[in-house]
Amino acid sequence: MTLSLIAEQMLNGVQLGVMLFLMSAGLTLVFGIMNFINLTHGSLYMIGAFAGAATQAATGSFLLAILVAPLAAAVAGLALESALLRRFYGRDHLDQVLVTFGSILALNEATRMVFGLTPLRMNLPPALSGHVDIFGIPYPAFRLAILITGLIVAGLLYLVIMRTRIGMWVRAGASNRPIASAMGVNVPLVFAALFGAGAALAGLAGVMAGPILSVQVGMGEPILILALVVTVIGGVGSIRGALVAALLVGVVDTLGRVLLTPALGSMAIFVMMAAILAFRPKGLFPAHG
Amino acid sequence: MAEPATNLSRLREHVPTLLILAALAATPMIALGIGDPFIVKVATRVVVFAIAATALNFVVGYGGLVSLCHAGFFGIGGYVVGILAWHDFNAEPLWFLPGTSDLAIALPAAILVSAIIAAVVGAISLRTSGPYFLMITLAFNQMFYYGAIALQKYGGDDGLQITSTITLGPLDVSNRYRFFYLALVVLALTLLLVGRFVDSRFGMVLRAASKNETRVIAVGVDPWLYRLAAFVISAVLTAVAGALLAAGQQFISPVDMGWDRSGDLVVMAVLGGVGVVWGPAIGAAAFVVLELVLSSWTTHWQFVFGLLIVLIVVSLRGGLADLGRTIFSRNSGEATHG
Repeated sequence: MTLSLIAEQMLNGVQLGVMLFLMSAGLTLVFGIMNFINLTHGSLYMIGAFAGAATQAATGSFLLAILVAPLAAAVAGLALESALLRRFYGRDHLDQVLVTFGSILALNEATRMVFGLTPLRMNLPPALSGHVDIFGIPYPAFRLAILITGLIVAGLLYLVIMRTRIGMWVRAGASNRPIASAMGVNVPLVFAALFGAGAALAGLAGVMAGPILSVQVGMGEPILILALVVTVIGGVGSIRGALVAALLVGVVDTLGRVLLTPALGSMAIFVMMAAILAFRPKGLFPAHG
Repeated sequence: MAEPATNLSRLREHVPTLLILAALAATPMIALGIGDPFIVKVATRVVVFAIAATALNFVVGYGGLVSLCHAGFFGIGGYVVGILAWHDFNAEPLWFLPGTSDLAIALPAAILVSAIIAAVVGAISLRTSGPYFLMITLAFNQMFYYGAIALQKYGGDDGLQITSTITLGPLDVSNRYRFFYLALVVLALTLLLVGRFVDSRFGMVLRAASKNETRVIAVGVDPWLYRLAAFVISAVLTAVAGALLAAGQQFISPVDMGWDRSGDLVVMAVLGGVGVVWGPAIGAAAFVVLELVLSSWTTHWQFVFGLLIVLIVVSLRGGLADLGRTIFSRNSGEATHG
């Protein structure tokens, strides 16, 4: 176990963390505002990846794929929200789980019907297929590109949520919906926009993962569960918590898989989650009082 | 006159349970009659999942705790039986204990292991409630799943084949019919046990806490311990179901404890009806048969199945049990459990 390998895995961990943040941002804010656990968030990630892979296969352009994927996920997300999920905001969590569980099964199978059983491969654009030297460590250029893109998007998102008026509405809605509503925030409108944006981010994460993992049905659920862990550790409804927890989970998961066996390493984050929750049941940065 | 009337209505409460058990008990005769042993295999699967769904309903329907880690407990039960049988077959001690293919030892072992794990998981998860509980249990399920994959010695990803002959004490239960009746007895005991718990003071606290936790605390009862007890009991019964599945099909794999299987169990409970003890058993039967029929029609059966689940949540809120009661009972307004 050399130092350079550890450093490389740290970078991979941060890269996973950044992607997890893109996934968790929508999940945690949607939950914070509507008290709704959107398990279909993983399906939106998958839809983004498939839309991206199909776009690249059709046009050969990776850039176009990156642009189409979030759009497709946002459209799918908004359609799902307005046609079905919207009716379940007032219902109990059992119904919410069931309706999203059924939707996941149907969406997965629909994707399988359209794209078949074999996983799709996304090719790297030539400019990003080489390696870059970071302090003497050769690191895949594409991973670095993901890392930087993810950091930029995460940074922008953080600024929008924490520093702008729209972000203030979102935060107000997430921490206390009735009061925010009473203070004149159009919560349904803010929420619809947020849901679409969250879906777009999930789609973006999906297409960026495309060249690293293979694009296949069922790819959304493992990442969904990691995003749920991030959401729980960070404190539901807190964007700051999501950022910290995403990086933490990304690094621990990646290092765990390298230092232990892959399967044992995969358990590491759940043990970490259990340990954190044992001391802070509401997560690191709870948004609701 | 009040006394016999209560007795009568109490007797009537048990009619659906007895009908379910009788119908199941008759399936091997039907299988023999038409010479299709496959029916017994399906019926065994129904019984096993009926046990798990009934157990899950104890926390979901009565405790108001939507657990998504019950497939994990199901798998733990299965792996305890599988691993003990593996050590028996390979004549290799497990640390200092010899392996065994005897369910009279393996089932109590599965109960013990799952109870300990459930106590730890429950103690942590129950510090939270509602949606948090749901997300945490889902994460724990994934942890168990990876834990099973990490068992490289016992097949890892590929699962664990049971090659020795499964017995119950001196009785050989590897016979398909005999095994079915063993599972059926366990289902009957499970229904009896959960029914007793639900009607006891313990069950009353559990139900009250799911309706209004603040009031229960105000009365001076801390629901946490009751919930933990319910969670452990439910997990243990689910592990027994998993142990039976592994012993019956002579195989257990991580797939049996995936997060989607946890979702399936919740679907079974709700499909049958979470308001009554016998509801989930009906749900499990409907689920297993539906899965079989749909998958024989099309390879894309999950699409139909997913839509069906959505449809059920949108329209059939009391589950099949409620539908049945509305049709058959004249005074369905008196349905006891909410």
